[in-house]
Amino acid sequence: MDDFYKEYILDHYRNPRNFGHLDAPTATAEDLNPLCGDKIRFELQVDGDGRVTDVRFSGKGCAISQASASMLSESLKGEMLEDVARFSQERVLENVGIGISPARMKCAMLGLKVAKSAALGEIAHWPDEAPAG
Amino acid sequence: MIAEPDARAARIAADFPLLAQPTSRGKRLAYLDSAATSQKPQAVIDSLVHYYTHDNANIHRGVYELAERATDAFEGARAKVARFVNAAEPAEIVWTRNTTEAINLVSFSWGLANLEPGDVILTTQLEHHSNLVPWQLLAAKTGAELRYIEVDAEGLHVLDDLDEKLRGVKLVAMSHVSNTLGTIAPLAEIIPRAHAVGAVVLIDGAQSTPHFAVDVRALDVDFFVASGHKMCGPTGIGFLYGKRALLDAMPPFLTGGDMIREVGYERTTFNELPWKFEAGTSNIADAIALGAAVEYLEHIGMDWVAAHERALTVYALERLQPFVARGLDIYGPKDVTKRSGVISFNFADIHAHDLASILDLDGVCVRAGHHCTMPLMDKMGWPATARASFYLYNTERDVDQLIVALDKAADVFKVA
Repeated sequence: MDDFYKEYILDHYRNPRNFGHLDAPTATAEDLNPLCGDKIRFELQVDGDGRVTDVRFSGKGCAISQASASMLSESLKGEMLEDVARFSQERVLENVGIGISPARMKCAMLGLKVAKSAALGEIAHWPDEAPAG
Repeated sequence: MIAEPDARAARIAADFPLLAQPTSRGKRLAYLDSAATSQKPQAVIDSLVHYYTHDNANIHRGVYELAERATDAFEGARAKVARFVNAAEPAEIVWTRNTTEAINLVSFSWGLANLEPGDVILTTQLEHHSNLVPWQLLAAKTGAELRYIEVDAEGLHVLDDLDEKLRGVKLVAMSHVSNTLGTIAPLAEIIPRAHAVGAVVLIDGAQSTPHFAVDVRALDVDFFVASGHKMCGPTGIGFLYGKRALLDAMPPFLTGGDMIREVGYERTTFNELPWKFEAGTSNIADAIALGAAVEYLEHIGMDWVAAHERALTVYALERLQPFVARGLDIYGPKDVTKRSGVISFNFADIHAHDLASILDLDGVCVRAGHHCTMPLMDKMGWPATARASFYLYNTERDVDQLIVALDKAADVFKVA
């Protein structure tokens, strides 16, 4: 657990990528983690083919939730909307690249939950909530 | 040199078996989250084991020896809690699951029977959700207005406009001690003025009863509520104190067995106090164990507990002071005589959750988040805080461990 907070996690936390708002987003969603009050909003720009051409996220929270959302925002650009809706928790954990304790899993997955909700047009639920603790 | 109170706390810690347990990383445990729940002394654990091993039977109705023994222990525990808070009689103590249930009891029973449109419920901006949400719902149901005593930037109650705030007030419901900031409410000033306008006063003692001597008659509160698990007792047991005249006049809350006198197919008459409010088989074992907890605290002495926590808070604030220049914000009253052993803080741009995770690596248990006081956090502009809270078993060594772990957190997050 010495790699608990790697350099790039802190970099994404302090300099989040794609942070802010789009002028006229095609799809949006926001949610909060009632446990800690972390809030995240995702805004997607989708072209006529259903491809995500631009992404912004906003909100506040811990390094895990913010860095995870920031890295996710980079992964989503160029994806098809249906692939955003299917984006897996495993890929988010690969992005984050550090051991996430069960207590912090909700932090790591908040961004994904919101981005998927934006793509689906409804609140996303995990097939199995187990990894979220 | 270790001060004598600290040496005694170290001996007291030996009464709590959990505290001797290292973490999975082999670190010494520094348990600084007693405001959430306290650890349990061996005497309380023994009480639970003894009850189920020797005394278990349903109470009040059995005529055999075992049932009498269980009933005696259960009612004996009620008498111990009554003595602990200086109630006039044990019948003024009603068992509940916890503070939250006790507040709901008053809200549903007294509140629905006594509040009308235009009446005012006065609370404060500091309240735990459990002493806020029931009143929001009661106000919505009855047409009463919910009004707030404000707090300043330190979390101290603003009383300049108290007379104005008290206009039309039927119920004052407020916490004795803030679970987020440790603020001790100036009840001696507020309660007489609330009574002067004819208001009934409920005090949430979840964060006071475990930490200093409470005297419900000296305070002249009408209702007083607390949870066993924060005062060395088990989870699932708490109590409501109420003045007899008020409790007598109140309708039952939950209904069913044990709370009745006579039941017919057409109508039912209710049992007398305190059983009128204790429907169904009670949490017998945990009530008895709470009695053991109260005896344990009396044996230590609540004045000693209060003095020890004050000394430890002063020590912790001194040790934290050097971090202020590096971006540590310490919240709550600056005057330590106005705060309990609760210290909420944020450190530079480290989110409280990250901070708590890093401290956990070193065996330091602190709370992080909104502490069930979301409106207060919004008002203060804090997304979250980390909170260290002390109890009778904490020592300067626990604080030292926190300080070392904070230094490590600064390294991890590269705080200058």
